[in-house]
Amino acid sequence: MTAAHPSAAHATVLELQGVHKLFGDNHVLRGVDLEIASHEVVVVIGASGSGKSTLMRTINLIERFDDGRILLSGDDITDPAVDVDKVRARIGVVFQHFNLFPHMRVIDNVTLAARKVHGIAPDVARDRAIGLLETFGLGDKVRDYPDRLSGGQQQRVAIVRAIMTDPELLLLDEITSALDPMLVGEVLDLVRDLKNQGSTILMATHEMSFARSVADRIVFMHGGRPLETGTPEQIFDAPREPETREFLARITHR
Amino acid sequence: MTDRTAAWQPSALELDRRLHRRRASRRSVLIALVSTVAFAAIAGWLVVTSPNWEAVRQTFFNVEIAAESFPRILEGLWLNIRVLFFATIVVAIVGTLLAVMRSLRGPVFFPVRALATGYTDLFRGLPVLIVLYLVGFGIPGLNPEVRIPVAVLGTIAISLCYSAYVAEVLRAGMEAVHPSQRVAARSLGLSHAKTLRLVVIPQALRKVVPALMNDFVSMQKDVGLISVLGAVDAIRQAQIVQATTYNFTPYVVAGLLFVALSFPMIRLTDHVSARMATREQTGGTV
Repeated sequence: MTAAHPSAAHATVLELQGVHKLFGDNHVLRGVDLEIASHEVVVVIGASGSGKSTLMRTINLIERFDDGRILLSGDDITDPAVDVDKVRARIGVVFQHFNLFPHMRVIDNVTLAARKVHGIAPDVARDRAIGLLETFGLGDKVRDYPDRLSGGQQQRVAIVRAIMTDPELLLLDEITSALDPMLVGEVLDLVRDLKNQGSTILMATHEMSFARSVADRIVFMHGGRPLETGTPEQIFDAPREPETREFLARITHR
Repeated sequence: MTDRTAAWQPSALELDRRLHRRRASRRSVLIALVSTVAFAAIAGWLVVTSPNWEAVRQTFFNVEIAAESFPRILEGLWLNIRVLFFATIVVAIVGTLLAVMRSLRGPVFFPVRALATGYTDLFRGLPVLIVLYLVGFGIPGLNPEVRIPVAVLGTIAISLCYSAYVAEVLRAGMEAVHPSQRVAARSLGLSHAKTLRLVVIPQALRKVVPALMNDFVSMQKDVGLISVLGAVDAIRQAQIVQATTYNFTPYVVAGLLFVALSFPMIRLTDHVSARMATREQTGGTV
């Protein structure tokens, strides 16, 4: 939208400028501009195929994109000279299918990045991990392997793994979509806790009531770009665009 | 009545089903037993009643010669075991390196990838015996001043061949690890190398353990081929006895020793495979 203003860089955690992504002929992201301030929770909604997941993967540099710029706390992370591993280490990601490492115990899953990427001493990492796991009701699962845990527990472990090293930004990509309805609540409660602790979160979800209660801002993705952005009240109660109205009508009357 | 399981008694219906299953399995065991015994008896009878059986028995199953040659052959087997030990270490290292080289992506790594691919193609195609000749007589030919023990040359040749097999097995295992695991690891900031070492290879190994053990069993007997270079191993010892007595019993003794050597590994492989199969069938819980 506007040019980057360095003076405000400390308050803006993430800034996307005209990001494009094509899969062959399929133009998935068509010039995405987006800004996320520190401590802000932004929820991305939109139909499947609207580019939500691609957007997440692009920010994390897992997906190579075709045009535009992405700034993380003022640093241009799309500069070819940037060390992508260092960038990824500053962003926490939680996936739809948890993607825990099945050959590692919960504690090793959670402390892996701290030990092997951030160079934190194993006993320090361990203490912090156990503290976090206990806070989120997983204190008795520390020594278990992921396949012994329920989906909700696995996803909570995945969230702890993502926040373990205090990332500047948390990307939550439809983290409840693969869960039993009974287990969705425990995961969303954890996200609410993270918001209250001041995390900066970009989250894609189909849980509209949760989006309404937690989001500072809602972004409605349509046709590869944010079609409408606003507070939950603006988007859910008085959507301006006909596409937004149609999407909300469909998803709430499923 | 506090213990709920104690209160449950199988119904008449279930008892009837169990009785039926027991009867069916008893019948199956009986059929299998009778047919096995009958087959063994017929095969044995055919051999023993053949016109020249007595001569063959003398040449291949001579108890005295077996007893006499046994200590020498056992001593030779010790060389095979040592060769096996070192070859296993070399194969583990080289095989892993090759598998990693073949799995590197991007145009930058084309030469490395091509080298590894060429290597595995070549050494999986070449008969072990020919590699043994090439290494065993080719390498010493390069510089006659330096004398390399034939057992070492044999170890090199066996390692060359089996590294190619093991590399392919490992590569298959690495490809079987779901890409989302790599994505998760890279998202944490782990480098490509750390992702391979900490996330991909440990999971790949688990998937290919039975296949690797099978290759190990195969290598256990192929170390016997180093005898063609003149290394005094179990087979060579058998050959020495055979040359003086004109009796083939020592070969049978050596063969049985190789079987005995591989037997524990074969059983272990079966056990591991069976355990993995049941684990997969029951839906992933240990």
